[in-house]
Amino acid sequence: MFYRFLSIIQRQRTSPRWQTWCLSRSSVSAAEAHSVTLPAQAQVVICGGGIMGTSVAYHLSRMGWKDIILLEQGRLAAGSTRFCAGILSTARHLTIEQKMADYSNKLYQQLEQETGIQTGYIRTGSVFLAQTQDRLISLKRINSRLNVIGIPSEIISPKKVAELHPFLNVHNLVGAMHVPEDAVVSSADVALALASAASQNGVQIYDRTSVLHVMVKKGQVTGVETDKGQIECQYFVNCAGQWAYELGLSNEEPVSIPLHACEHFYLLTRPLETPLQNNTPTIVDPDGRIYIRNWQGGILSGGFEKNPKPIFTEGKNQLEIQNLQEDWDHFEPLLSSLLRRMPELETLEIMKLVNCPETFTPDMRCIMGESPVIRGYFVLAGMNSAGLSFGGGAGKYLAEWIVHGYPSENVWELDLKRFGALQSSRTFLRHRVMEVMPLIYDLKVPRWDFQTGRQLRTSPLYDRLDAQGARWMEKHGFERPKYFVPPDKDLLALEQSKTFYKPDWFDIVESEVKCCKEAVCVIDMSSFTKFEITSIGDQALEVLQFLFSNDLDVPVGHIVHTGMLNEAGGYENDCSIARLSKRSFFMISPTDQQVHCWAWLRKHMPEDSSLVLEDVTWKYTGESLRAADTALNLIGPRAVDVLSELSYAPMTPDHFPTLFCKEMSVGYANGIRVMSMTHTGEPGFMLYIPIEYALHVYNEVMNVGQKYGIRNAGYYALRSLRIEKFFAFWGQDLNTLTTPMECGRESRVKLEKGMDFMGHDALLQQKQNGVYKRFTMFILEDHDTDLDLWPWWGEPIYRNGQYVGQTTSSAYSYTLERHVCLGFVHNFSKDTGEEQVVTADFVNRGEYEIDIAGCRFQAKAKLYPVTSLFTHKRRKDDVELSDLHGK
Amino acid sequence: MWPPLSLPGCRRLAVLDALLGSGDGAESGDEKAYRHTSTEEEDFHLQLSPEQVNAVLRAGESTYKILDLDSKVPRSVLQFESNQLAANSPVEDRRGVASCLQTSGLMFGIFDGHGGHACAQAVSERLFYYVAVSLMSHQTLEQMEGAMENMKPLLPILQWLKHPGDSIYKDVTSVHLDHLRVYWQELLDLHMEMGLSIEEALMYSFQRLDSDISLEVQAPLEDEVTKNLSLQVAFSGATACMAHISGVHLHVANAGDCRAILGVQEDNGMWSCLPLTRDHNAWNEAELSRLKREHPESENRTIIMDDRLLGVLMPCRAFGDVQLKWSKELQRNVLERGFDTEALNIYQFTPSHYYTPPYLTAKPEVTYHRLRPQDKFLVLASDGLWDMLGNEDVVRLVVGYLSEAGRHKPDLTPRPTNLGLMQSLLLQRKASGLHAADQNAATHLIRHAIGSNEYGEMEPERLAAMLTLPEDLARMYRDDITVTVVYFNSQSIDASYKVD
Repeated sequence: MFYRFLSIIQRQRTSPRWQTWCLSRSSVSAAEAHSVTLPAQAQVVICGGGIMGTSVAYHLSRMGWKDIILLEQGRLAAGSTRFCAGILSTARHLTIEQKMADYSNKLYQQLEQETGIQTGYIRTGSVFLAQTQDRLISLKRINSRLNVIGIPSEIISPKKVAELHPFLNVHNLVGAMHVPEDAVVSSADVALALASAASQNGVQIYDRTSVLHVMVKKGQVTGVETDKGQIECQYFVNCAGQWAYELGLSNEEPVSIPLHACEHFYLLTRPLETPLQNNTPTIVDPDGRIYIRNWQGGILSGGFEKNPKPIFTEGKNQLEIQNLQEDWDHFEPLLSSLLRRMPELETLEIMKLVNCPETFTPDMRCIMGESPVIRGYFVLAGMNSAGLSFGGGAGKYLAEWIVHGYPSENVWELDLKRFGALQSSRTFLRHRVMEVMPLIYDLKVPRWDFQTGRQLRTSPLYDRLDAQGARWMEKHGFERPKYFVPPDKDLLALEQSKTFYKPDWFDIVESEVKCCKEAVCVIDMSSFTKFEITSIGDQALEVLQFLFSNDLDVPVGHIVHTGMLNEAGGYENDCSIARLSKRSFFMISPTDQQVHCWAWLRKHMPEDSSLVLEDVTWKYTGESLRAADTALNLIGPRAVDVLSELSYAPMTPDHFPTLFCKEMSVGYANGIRVMSMTHTGEPGFMLYIPIEYALHVYNEVMNVGQKYGIRNAGYYALRSLRIEKFFAFWGQDLNTLTTPMECGRESRVKLEKGMDFMGHDALLQQKQNGVYKRFTMFILEDHDTDLDLWPWWGEPIYRNGQYVGQTTSSAYSYTLERHVCLGFVHNFSKDTGEEQVVTADFVNRGEYEIDIAGCRFQAKAKLYPVTSLFTHKRRKDDVELSDLHGK
Repeated sequence: MWPPLSLPGCRRLAVLDALLGSGDGAESGDEKAYRHTSTEEEDFHLQLSPEQVNAVLRAGESTYKILDLDSKVPRSVLQFESNQLAANSPVEDRRGVASCLQTSGLMFGIFDGHGGHACAQAVSERLFYYVAVSLMSHQTLEQMEGAMENMKPLLPILQWLKHPGDSIYKDVTSVHLDHLRVYWQELLDLHMEMGLSIEEALMYSFQRLDSDISLEVQAPLEDEVTKNLSLQVAFSGATACMAHISGVHLHVANAGDCRAILGVQEDNGMWSCLPLTRDHNAWNEAELSRLKREHPESENRTIIMDDRLLGVLMPCRAFGDVQLKWSKELQRNVLERGFDTEALNIYQFTPSHYYTPPYLTAKPEVTYHRLRPQDKFLVLASDGLWDMLGNEDVVRLVVGYLSEAGRHKPDLTPRPTNLGLMQSLLLQRKASGLHAADQNAATHLIRHAIGSNEYGEMEPERLAAMLTLPEDLARMYRDDITVTVVYFNSQSIDASYKVD
């Protein structure tokens, strides 16, 4: 209670309105007198009257929901939305972001006609400049992807750039990308137009009303407490922009929304002597860190500096808001960059330097979706200064999410559940956004890792591996080794390599892969998400049988690969499940599934059952409980020798067949859970080791392994191994809109297992009617590994010259000595563009090309992995592999 | 501070020199990129660039201008600047700034925790409420009580200008409020129209909060979390130094070895330092005689050993630390109620020669100073700063910082009208290097505290080395440092004298 009081006090103190109240406490203040009574209930309450909140309200009301209240603490469209630079740009790095921006563009264009409110929409187009060849590659990659989703754009020469804009100095340019349909628009007016349309559709809007906190009962939103009273509701949407973090934490059960604001500056000038035409294209000069658009005959120019100024670390603070002021010294590098790009503007008169804080997230992607802890609590915030571009599309997806339970596109990359509570530390966010903001204009090369906020979660072997030359990457806050630098290599050069071509760790990973194929390697895989599900009776099996598509009623000790599917048959998770006993199961899934999978299981488990669900990923456990936090992956033909020597137990396939799980002793340590699978298709074992034994077991494995040629390996080796064997990975290749039928995993679906399961009907239908996309492996034919650009992901796939889909991941296969790309093949009708059934025959009978930054490479398509890769003898019960070969 | 860990000065330097390596360091093949966790000394390769050094130093910065919201009473405080650099992981220092909303007055506090950060966190969050309540008039207190009784919103007590940060005590604040309420109910019973004097308020608040901390853990508590938190708070400790400024009246209350000093500029322009607190430690004769007075003569030799209270604690006044306050029986009784002391990270021991507790008190020493126009700034800091810099050094550094910051030429006002002129002016400003210097006096002090050599000269290599220290070593070379610098408005102080 006390804390509640305090927070109310702080909140009131900091809202400007409260000051009036404070000063004229004795008399009735103006605001109080005009107070309106809020409705007692509504279906949806949206908090935030910026472009996000109004867009969600607009789209919900368009989808037929009427019982909606939108609350705004100040006035509509008066926050970041009001100060937004008003540039709508579709040139984004993620396809989903491109689609959101494209939708927004189309929406805003017709908004004036729809609502009669002037939005200032002008189709100016935009030009992205490249000062270096690497930048041009980056632009070409975006260009290829824009074109295939129907957004016109082209790569143009510096000369052409000069024709598009009157003042541009093009001497140091190597090229540019022109996106002619990009636009400028007044974002505040867009928000007002959306609000007006929504309100015509029945949405009730109240400004000067602050949400204090959201009321929750039994993990479900029940209402909202505002400074003007309570509203009962089923759904709450947090569109509070930079205050979304605080609002999330104000509930009794806090919702962690990791975002943090930074100050952002842009310059406004008076009109030029000959005013700029209002359709002059917007210029983005990422290498110069600036953007420039025409503004009332003059220019508006801002940028993303190298040394950002984070703000509001301690929450909303009236003093900081009032102290927001122009900082010309801070702006100097951007101003200099502007005058280098447009020297003629020297004499242009200054009007104002605007300081408008923008919100950034830990991975530069926006945050949307439902909270994993509170049902009915939705979030849309953290726009990384692209709020205007994403507003329409993001609002649409979120509205679909609320109404249908899922958006029409895969938005996992933007899902709130990709974060855990560990990303909500203010210190972490403050440090991370200082890295993220400059990154907006930094060159994005494959495989870059964040530098700040690292070493948060580490395996107990971290120091050991680090001392042996491990280079680290981070996933979900967890440090994982990428590769191990041999003692004689120059490390610094390696750390700094940024390239679209062959990376310098190529040879290092090659030797790790070779060792996996010929001897044995050990990879620390502790970051994988691990759950244990136990029950007293048979509920565990019953629930899992319902949630998973494969048959889990297998003998104790067996491991089953299976998908956790949604009603539409799409993958919510892809996991391996070991049956530990009749009533207990051990589930392994990708690292970033920790929050998502937990939420999904909790949501679909019967509430009052005796089921026990435990996250054992990195739990410290006492004697009575299994601890399975450290996971070592022993990959390679000699893994069996190492283990049998350490355990004095026969490990031959007769005693320990593939996809089997046993507890055994390793060295002095007893009770190590050993599983005969490696996540790569290579022979070997996963060892799940209680944390206190981790170092001992690792040391023993390395000592005994010496004579078998053991060495450490990292995730890059693992990745190369899994991709060359056509192993799909959830989060990269698989998502909630892909089904097992679409990626050749029919054998992991037991439609006839004797009971209904999630997605059963959808899959049955697919089985009968065929699928509309097919997961395919492509082996690049005429690609020169040393000289050509490397594929990454998101490259367009062409079949007989026609676009059929995009790649989802790629890796160099050291065995095939070729690049392998994985991706989905669609069959778009030539006339209507409609999706048609994709048969194996359709895939096999095409000539394929992969477009890497505008350059097409021939590729051979395969629906099944290359058999020659499986060097070890196949066994009768080799389910892992026979599964892959499919039927 | 606790557990005791400090190396004699000479040894510190020797190890640091070895770390800095004068060319005979490790082979290049063994060199590693800078990282934080390693414990092996050979692992360092000092690569912090000046920008990175600045980024580390500035991470905890905050600057606030005090706004003249209430124009009737001119504020004597212009602005405050604050910063913190951690050595412990997690940091055990806390700081807070708040203004009393029911009475006039700004409060600044520095809290230096030991044996964990729990006590420092609790004190930093709660102490100001106790002070604010103590100062309230009878009428205000009655309103508060009335609001509580009728479940109505309370009058706002504080506005935090700098909150101590992530609260871990959200779950127990209702208990805290109950105890605060008991306190004001007792104040109500005193029937004092105008509330306590500031001096009394500070004196009572310190002792009352400490006794509440001590009682909270003795009371039977249902909830496991609450219980554990109270225990952590009571069994760790914190020294505290806080200033209360209202108009020209400056009160400083201190318990322990944080310190507050005034920077004074005489009419002839000379600067001097006016200490407002005395460190409560073994080097303070008055403290020694107080301790001897409070305990039997037989303990004269054992009360202070190795310059520490009972041989274990550096400060001889502090919040928490019930190990030095409670009888052995009480300690045993409380801990036997089934606390998992190991999991809670509680430092459990009985010092030798523990005969006549309590040995430790949170009773503050309160000093009053009437602000004069020549009082320019107040520096409050934890002992981490004072270990490295003397009072005069600190005044000299702040003055140096002020004159540097004042040299903002070429000026930006009047603002150039066009882009070209603006750019050339900005470039001039950049070239004159003004912009690169610290923009916060507290940062400036911390930079010099850890970066100066024994002659008081700034050594960039030393600074970088100190900041590169891995977490587990950092505490051996430096303590947590927390600094708040408060600037006074000489004009309004002068004006208030003229009114008198």
